[in-house]
Amino acid sequence: MPDNGAVEAKPASTTTNGAAAETRRQRMRMLISALGMLPVLLILCIGFNVLSEGRFFTGQNLGIVLQQAAVNTVLAAGMTFVILTGGIDLSVGSILAASAMAGLTLSKVPELGMLWLPAALLTGLVFGIVNGALIALLRLPPFIVTLGSLTAVRGLARLLGADTTVFNPSIPYAFIGNGSLTLIPGVASIPWLSVIALLVILVSWLVLRRTVLGVHIYAVGGNESAARLAGIKVWAVLIFVYGISGLFAGLGGAMQAARLYAANGLQLGQSYELDAITAVILGGTSFVGGIGSIWGTLVGALIIAVLSNGLILIGVSDIWQYVIKGLVIIGAVALDRYRLQGSART
Amino acid sequence: MNDPILEMRGVSKTFFGIKALRAVDLTVYPGEIHALMGENGAGKSTLMKILSGAYRPDPGGEIRIEGRTVRIEGPLGGRAAGISIIYQELSLAPNLSVAENIYLGREISRSGLLARGAMREGVGPILKRLGADFLPSTLVAHLSMGQRQLVEIARALHVRSKILIMDEPTTSLSAAESERLFALIRQLRAEGLAIIYISHRMDEVYALGDRVTVLRDGRLVGSLDKPEIRADTIVRLMVGRDVSSFYKKDHDPEAGRGHPVLAAIDMADGGRVKGCSLIVHAGEVVGLAGLIGAGRTELAHLIIGASPKTSGRLELEGRPVEIRTPGEALEAGIAYLTEDRKALGLFLDMSCLDNINLAVLGRDAKLGWFLDRDKARERADRAFAGLSIRAANAGVSAGGLSGGNQQKVLLSRLLAIAPKVLILDEPTRGVDVGAKSEIYSIIDNLAKAGTAILVISSDLPEIIGICDRVVVMRSGHIAGEVRRGPHSPLAQEDIMGLATGMEHLDA
Repeated sequence: MPDNGAVEAKPASTTTNGAAAETRRQRMRMLISALGMLPVLLILCIGFNVLSEGRFFTGQNLGIVLQQAAVNTVLAAGMTFVILTGGIDLSVGSILAASAMAGLTLSKVPELGMLWLPAALLTGLVFGIVNGALIALLRLPPFIVTLGSLTAVRGLARLLGADTTVFNPSIPYAFIGNGSLTLIPGVASIPWLSVIALLVILVSWLVLRRTVLGVHIYAVGGNESAARLAGIKVWAVLIFVYGISGLFAGLGGAMQAARLYAANGLQLGQSYELDAITAVILGGTSFVGGIGSIWGTLVGALIIAVLSNGLILIGVSDIWQYVIKGLVIIGAVALDRYRLQGSART
Repeated sequence: MNDPILEMRGVSKTFFGIKALRAVDLTVYPGEIHALMGENGAGKSTLMKILSGAYRPDPGGEIRIEGRTVRIEGPLGGRAAGISIIYQELSLAPNLSVAENIYLGREISRSGLLARGAMREGVGPILKRLGADFLPSTLVAHLSMGQRQLVEIARALHVRSKILIMDEPTTSLSAAESERLFALIRQLRAEGLAIIYISHRMDEVYALGDRVTVLRDGRLVGSLDKPEIRADTIVRLMVGRDVSSFYKKDHDPEAGRGHPVLAAIDMADGGRVKGCSLIVHAGEVVGLAGLIGAGRTELAHLIIGASPKTSGRLELEGRPVEIRTPGEALEAGIAYLTEDRKALGLFLDMSCLDNINLAVLGRDAKLGWFLDRDKARERADRAFAGLSIRAANAGVSAGGLSGGNQQKVLLSRLLAIAPKVLILDEPTRGVDVGAKSEIYSIIDNLAKAGTAILVISSDLPEIIGICDRVVVMRSGHIAGEVRRGPHSPLAQEDIMGLATGMEHLDA
């Protein structure tokens, strides 16, 4: 790339052209990185539809895909906040399990049963804030801290149900897990799980793109030392992003509990963190922080759901699904590298 | 004169339709130090990268080395043609020893095993010739910047390069290290090497250059022989216009007798800063001079709360203030421009707009949280117009701008808070001549408007040109202060004397 001086060096008449071309190129680059994997998602959908002889694009199947994408979308939204600051949260699967267990346990207590939903959210939030505090205040590496809580919180989740599966067939708010919001009676409806996921994406977008905090998150991920010198309270930003990731994991736990009427501290949410991270990276958020968008994450989560659904639909065996999904993760990181090359980081 | 070692004839380079180099003719002789000057973006780095093989020139031009036409291709092409380049950011592996670095990529092995001993012996004579005061087995991580430069030079000599290109080699060197480097460069010249020396600094070019070639807008605009090398001639060639009033100082230098705005009293950090006090008055530009490592940046960091202090207090407009973080400093009205804008200042991936507004986002926010995007855009547009920042628009990322424009973006962020005290740490480092003069005029206007300004700079002509008085630091202490006489300007000798501790010798 020529440096800016070379652009300025052009005679006056063409300088505006050069600048316009440069703007166009930047726009194009932004568009490509914003669109990111959307074309891939569309191609996958069309491809699966053709291979499954039209069984993919049916109202029922699309509903299933949206429902399957919901919990991962919520986790990935929280993960987006964390990865934008250059961190990582490996503990979301365990936090999801602990929150679901806490919620279900409380839901069986008479009188207090209705409080299970806020209890699940609070459980997630508290674990998230603990992660954030360890990272921000003790300056421990996020990978290590959340790797530790991945294990520790999993243990707590098992402890909560005395290592058994907790059932509650009459759990309040069960509709959020299995009900649908009717858009046009008898014609179109959308699962509540997907509505929640979409709301989470919208709120995340609002925070990241329309608030001061959002700019601070990007700033911390882009250059932490500069953020500190610019007067940004880096510790507060870090506690916030891990708190949000925990809160969303708690919400994911509540969604799972309502859907299954049950939770098991050992099995629930196992390796969910990997799907969430994959969705974020597929969505074009840079692993080193500072670059990325929540819409990309939504696309990434949908790609994962479409892949799972489509592979089942065309009858690919469970074993090969693993192989294919693994290759998708590597391909995503390769894309990340490629994308960084075009960025302004010098 | 003997035959040229390097001849470039009509060498051009086009990137995506933009000419970065236009038919450049450059001739370099053995045993000559050839200074290459030009503003940022004038084409110096492009030219260098063509010689190293990183870029391939447009067809049509010709490069001859010792009379033979060569094609320099690939990263090793330059080395094969006898050209070595020492970049500003040194390319050594700090975790390896000196010998291993010199042999990097050409290691000696015996039956597949690394022959460390042979490598150490192999580099011995060269290190000795260069007067190195370290061993071949020393880890590069343990060397000073000056010593690392020596390793780079040793590597170039070791591959028997005939042309050595040095890109701003003194940027991270202390004055003493620079002097040693100059002596070494002269020795290499005497040994018959051709040295292409890229620098922004006039004093170095005076001291070293046998010939000066100036690039502007990708064109070679002139070559000067030794007797013709004069600052005004070079600057005129570089900027293409007369710069009689390069340093701008229109504000009232007597304003310093006004009310004190910032008083730092007995500041110490238990290490590099050992009890420093200084006062800056409203409308005054105070220079903070000293050698590299004297503790100037560290003192600034103490003032703005970027590092913890062990003692000292601050007074702002006569009232004591407690500042523990850079955020509190900004709230109090003390802004600090870092010396390292890429690592500590700018967010290179973020837009200029966000970079400019970052410090005032919270103040401007609606309902305390939500961004006021109209205000932000207006502020960025005002900054673009007021500081003549040259970029397509405020939405482009800061990383794509030239050094001067990046510095102006960063400065805009600080000015957005309308600071009472502005601390500028090396405000014109890595900034081209045109932008330099614009930054001086911004500083001058701020002083006129009553801002108290402290300028840390290693560029003495700059300090003398823009400051009303100069505080000099030496190894963690305030060594003294230099004021201008009624009719005499600040004296460079006085400042250097205080900085080096030799002020009593000529008294």
